[in-house]
Amino acid sequence: MMEIVLSIGIGALAGSGVWLILRPRTFQVIIGLSLLSYAVNLFIVAMGRLRTEAPPVLANRAVGDPTQYADPLPQALVLTAIVIGFATTALFLTVLLASRGLTGTDHVDGQEPEL
Amino acid sequence: MNDHLMIAPIVLPLLAGAAMLLLDERRRGLKAAISLASTLALVGIAIALLIASAVTDPMLRIGVYRLGNWPAPFGIVLVADRLSALMLLLTSILGAAAVIFSLARWHRAGAHFHSLFQFLLMGVNGAFLTGDLFNLFVFVELLLAASYGLLLHGSGPARVKAGLHYIVVNLAASLLFLIGVSLIYGVAGTLNMADLAARIPNIAAENRGLLEAGAGILGVAFLLKAGMWPMCFWLPSTYAAASPPVASIFAILTKVGAYIVLRLWLLLFGDAAGASAQFGGEWLLYGGMATVAFGAVGTLASQDMARLAAYSVLVSSGTMLAAIGMGQVGVTGGALFYLVSSTLGISAFFLLIELVERGREPGADMLAVTREAYGEDDDQEEEEDGEIGFAIPATMGMLGLCFIGCAVVIAGLPPLSGFIAKFALLTAALNPIRLPPGGDVPVASWVLLAVLILSGFATLIAMTRAGIRTFWAESDRAVPRVRIIEMAPIAILLTLCAIQTIQAGPVMRFMQETANSLHSPHDYVREVLRTAEQRPHKGGGT
Repeated sequence: MMEIVLSIGIGALAGSGVWLILRPRTFQVIIGLSLLSYAVNLFIVAMGRLRTEAPPVLANRAVGDPTQYADPLPQALVLTAIVIGFATTALFLTVLLASRGLTGTDHVDGQEPEL
Repeated sequence: MNDHLMIAPIVLPLLAGAAMLLLDERRRGLKAAISLASTLALVGIAIALLIASAVTDPMLRIGVYRLGNWPAPFGIVLVADRLSALMLLLTSILGAAAVIFSLARWHRAGAHFHSLFQFLLMGVNGAFLTGDLFNLFVFVELLLAASYGLLLHGSGPARVKAGLHYIVVNLAASLLFLIGVSLIYGVAGTLNMADLAARIPNIAAENRGLLEAGAGILGVAFLLKAGMWPMCFWLPSTYAAASPPVASIFAILTKVGAYIVLRLWLLLFGDAAGASAQFGGEWLLYGGMATVAFGAVGTLASQDMARLAAYSVLVSSGTMLAAIGMGQVGVTGGALFYLVSSTLGISAFFLLIELVERGREPGADMLAVTREAYGEDDDQEEEEDGEIGFAIPATMGMLGLCFIGCAVVIAGLPPLSGFIAKFALLTAALNPIRLPPGGDVPVASWVLLAVLILSGFATLIAMTRAGIRTFWAESDRAVPRVRIIEMAPIAILLTLCAIQTIQAGPVMRFMQETANSLHSPHDYVREVLRTAEQRPHKGGGT
């Protein structure tokens, strides 16, 4: 059940994200990129296998049975990916605003298509 | 290999860039001095690493630096072998040339040029050194973040527009990169490249599809950065819009993509990979050839020199990818020689363009090409001054000489290194090692031969046309004021091409040995996975 919910969630986020980054307005593109990065972050967590009530860190220096614990590595990867994604999105936002200021339009090509 | 020297190509630009952030923007002299010192030191470090990696003893040839001193599959390692050291040296030379060039005027065109430049060098060096897939992602993001800032250096609507597209394309590619990395981790359970290479032959058959899907998605991300057709439409307008020193260092960015393909594909899907051996080789081969063809047509269609140079970047990286896709040691050796030569040539050309274009009215090239197409002659313009027999001054002579040098290297004509590179590459492609006696040379080799020679011809036509229009046809142009500090980096880069030509024997031997070790990576895997006890007493992160 959990697997199906998660995969539908990832699929919906990724699908909406792809649709949005193919849109002509810069704001739609940035929202699309954010949605896509959420989908990718969830996907990374899922690659560490889904399980509940399993801590990722060994308790009290104990030598535990690895099967009782969640894989900590994907969680560390997700943290890194979130930070990097956040920074690059913020950077993109400033370029987006600069483009809006210089060209006076929010079209990704800097000019409205001729109708 | 010298212990802590290996991490210096990452730490030094980081410190230099961070220190310059703290300085006031008005202290340009100090910033320029720090930046120049750091870049020149990087050249020295890269030479030291290259010498260390060229020794014959395989135990000492591959340097492994374990961050935090954790053993290899658990901690992140930096690995310096011949290929890494070679790429580090190439990066630092291009970096030094670009920094020196920028000191004449370009570093004043916007804020934090030198800091961003150092961070870019740090990211590129890190990507060349790391031995861990996720760490590779981090370094690639670092270099991209710095490149976003550098691309916008000098500002203006054209740069912002090109930057917008460049950032979106690369952010999307980074997401693909993450999907690929996590799929591979999910199947193989490791992110260390050497450990992956050791585990891939033993992956169960039912998981192989997922692993190959992950590798394919990862490959798309790298090939997008390397500019393989049809994922290269962002590249020409981005490179043409960047300011000259930035475009010149960007010439190495597509090579980062090519390097990663070279490293990972030969390591993970070499002959030892069992059922997955040579996975995706045809894609590299034919995709690379399509890129060369697209780039060649693009150079012919370019109406200004910056776009011409940008399309030659595509030709260069397409040639690399096609050569890697052949999957033969000899071809890879030729490809490495070609990589160095074409990157130096294109980088010099990007710097040269700005000097040549200086003092011309914008759009002159566009007009010239259009005129040519419609057969209109320009009668009325030349009668105004009546200055006949205008002597070419020394500046124009020097610029013309450098232009010819760049054209010869990029198009691959004798006598410079571009010709030797293509010759070595094609000779190896037409004499495959595994050819049975009396067997035919594969069709792909003939196609590669045709594509490379035709693309060289197309580049030559485009360069000749641009050269004639710039140097011969305009008798009334103002002579650009060029300073020695701007001319020197171009001369240095072209001199290096000449040295590569004169010393072609030893350089080629080095490239061939590098290719040998890439095609049989067991030394690499063994050295990285060696535990602390097995390690001879040479440290490595201790």
